[in-house]
Amino acid sequence: MPKSAPAAEDAGNSASTTTTMMPGAELLLKALEDEGVEVVFGYPGGAVLPIYDALFKNNKIKHILVRHEQAAVHAAEGYARSTGKTGVVLVTSGPGATNAVTGLTDALMDSVPVVCLTGQVPTHLIGNDAFQEADTTGITRACTKHNYLVKEGAKLQPTVIEAFHVAASGRPGPVLIDLPKDILMKEAPYQKDVIRAAATARYRPATEPDPAAISAAVDMMIRAERPVIYGGGGLINSGPRASKLLTDLVHMTGWPTTLTLMGLGALPASDRHFLGMLGMHGTYEANLTMHGCDLMLNLGARFDDRVTGLISGFSPNSTKIHCDIDPSSVNKNVAVDLAVIGDATKILEALIAEMKKRKFKPHKTSLDKWWSQIEMWRKRDCLSFNQTGSIIKPQHAIKRLCEMTADSDVYVTTEVGQHQMWAAQYFDFHLPNRWMTSGGLGTMGYGLPAALGVQVAHPGATVIDIAGEASFMMNMQELSTLSQYNLPVKMFIINNEWMGMVRQWQELIHGGRYSESYSASLPDFRKLADTFNMTGLVARSSDELEDVITQMLDTPGPVIADIRVAKEENCFPMIPSGAAHNDMLLGPEDQAEKPVSEEGMVLV
Amino acid sequence: MKDTSVIERHIMSVLVDNEPGVLARVIGLFSGRGYNIESLTVSETDPKLALSRISIVTSGTPMVIEQIKAQLARLVPIHAVRDLTEHDVAIERELALVKIINHGEERIEALRIADTFRARTLDSTLDSFVFEVTGNSSKVDAFVNLMRSLGSVEVARTGVSAISRGNNIDLEAK
Ligand SMILES: Cc1ncc(C[n+]2csc(CCOP(=O)(O)OP(=O)(O)O)c2C)c(N)n1
Ligand SMILES: [Mg+2]
Repeated sequence: MPKSAPAAEDAGNSASTTTTMMPGAELLLKALEDEGVEVVFGYPGGAVLPIYDALFKNNKIKHILVRHEQAAVHAAEGYARSTGKTGVVLVTSGPGATNAVTGLTDALMDSVPVVCLTGQVPTHLIGNDAFQEADTTGITRACTKHNYLVKEGAKLQPTVIEAFHVAASGRPGPVLIDLPKDILMKEAPYQKDVIRAAATARYRPATEPDPAAISAAVDMMIRAERPVIYGGGGLINSGPRASKLLTDLVHMTGWPTTLTLMGLGALPASDRHFLGMLGMHGTYEANLTMHGCDLMLNLGARFDDRVTGLISGFSPNSTKIHCDIDPSSVNKNVAVDLAVIGDATKILEALIAEMKKRKFKPHKTSLDKWWSQIEMWRKRDCLSFNQTGSIIKPQHAIKRLCEMTADSDVYVTTEVGQHQMWAAQYFDFHLPNRWMTSGGLGTMGYGLPAALGVQVAHPGATVIDIAGEASFMMNMQELSTLSQYNLPVKMFIINNEWMGMVRQWQELIHGGRYSESYSASLPDFRKLADTFNMTGLVARSSDELEDVITQMLDTPGPVIADIRVAKEENCFPMIPSGAAHNDMLLGPEDQAEKPVSEEGMVLV
Repeated sequence: MKDTSVIERHIMSVLVDNEPGVLARVIGLFSGRGYNIESLTVSETDPKLALSRISIVTSGTPMVIEQIKAQLARLVPIHAVRDLTEHDVAIERELALVKIINHGEERIEALRIADTFRARTLDSTLDSFVFEVTGNSSKVDAFVNLMRSLGSVEVARTGVSAISRGNNIDLEAK
């Protein structure tokens, strides 16, 4: 029976001030419930058995048993990115924790709110090289936003509260709590509600933009003649209202707008102001607009090297406004003229209010001129391809998939490689939180577990992992998880029998020496589906494609669709490493003419 | 913002929660992002609030210095970051313990120099002294170099500790 004692801190404060003693593991679950946690992605082991025991008796928190701890983190990421909530992971000490490291790094790079609970050997054994001991906080210090080792029961509840607060506030990210087994078993004090304010007090990132900065931004915007809006993942992380406000801003200004890989969906792809994605595999019009603009309004993007290309050649004649919630993103890669620090939603609200106050009007004549220039670039139709003959072009497969799902609410995840870039280029997103891809870390094996997490969050939705055959094999043990929970994820494998992106770089940069990039000994994906009790489909030629997509979408359970595509297709446009935005390869004809520079070769 | 490639030396003061791992976080940030640490000193300065003050001497271009401050400021246990070089004329002091082993004339010369540097003699044997010298880093450098020319020398230095002049508080707890 729980024992009760009055809390020392808030003695005068009615019934809510009672402290209840309970075993650490039970307290942990209660604290998770207080955070609104409904689902945990996890894998058991010795150090976390007390938590699993408590879960057994708990009927509020659902546990999804993955097949590898890396997948638990990616699933939590998929859950988080498609809902805006914090994803939760539970793994054991030692190998459980080390297996989670890739997922945590992925979540850090893409600013995904995740709380990862790891078991640890009991406090008295820490430092003794005990069985399944790892210095988890040491190992994960560089791949989490923050981490904790809980050494006293009294710290357990405030730590959980702060961890969730840190994971989700400011620029979101993964937070890890290392839990020694004795802490999970011993009684610890639990207080309802009263400690929240104190536990969240020390981390308070600024979210309200400085009015002076807003006003200065509008001054610059009023003067702009060749403007561009460059939006990123911060718009998505800020919540769906930011996307709505972005759309308002775009319509108020009539300005051309491009989005990063992480920002897709923040402005509907169908909007005529949308220039497509920018960067290494971005559109001709997006990159040249960035290059030639006189004002760049960056909203929640971080001037990533995949976006800027050669820094010295990046948008050389523009005034740059950088709106970001993370002050450390400002002037990191690109020196800007004005920084506006805050949450994207609040910045957009303030900008729009200030523009209305000042009766903002875009420069009609110069903007028209700018648009007619952009339309010329658009006419190059840089994403065109020829689907002739029976061999399926990967671009065509993704385009058809997009068209054939246009009427339903689809969530798309990807693996990493050419198929990922084609998905970004040819799949249209109209809403935020519908597109989950590993941008910053570029983690092969992300898409399948992420899709799993998305499907757990949205049981009725169509969830598609657009995969490459090589990436798919990096976490395909999760087929068993899909099967166990009957999660109807559609795995759309763009099977080119190559690590296509590696092959493409070897073709362009390493003289066509295809060293170790062939996907040999591939399994028969249909039979693979069969052994996991799901549906397997294969499309070998273009006339089979539509049927396979239809069948895939009509099948109620999980499906693996093996789409055999042209093997040697390259992903264009491409700004080779070390080149500037105006130095793009548009197709195979260009690649011979513009060999990659030596400085470019050392870049990733 | 200044866009220069000149490398500047900056002294930063950082107020942190005195909790396990906090120093590892700060040092890991510097090594992970390739920033320089010329010296780093840390000690608890407010036992009641369990706060420590870290003084870091670093160098970099203005853009890198700005990054260092922003990166430090976003660590959860960090209350405040202050670039003492940027805002104020800071007072910086460093303490060194210098052991010199020598004989005869050189021994007398060492004592004389110690006197001009206002170094204190903390220990002596027939063929050695331990001096304590305090000052800014260049004074300590100068003293150590002079000692090196007079015998075999072993040095322990604290690294720079700094505080701003005037009546303003550098760093306040959140
Ligand atoms: C874990 C991991 N290892 C290696 C890489 C390097 N890499 C990037 S793309 C790629 C090939 C991906 O092949 P596939 O999944 O078949 O996709 P494709 O490019 O063929 O569409 C590799 C090996 C990576 N991104 N992630
Ligand atoms: Mg492939």
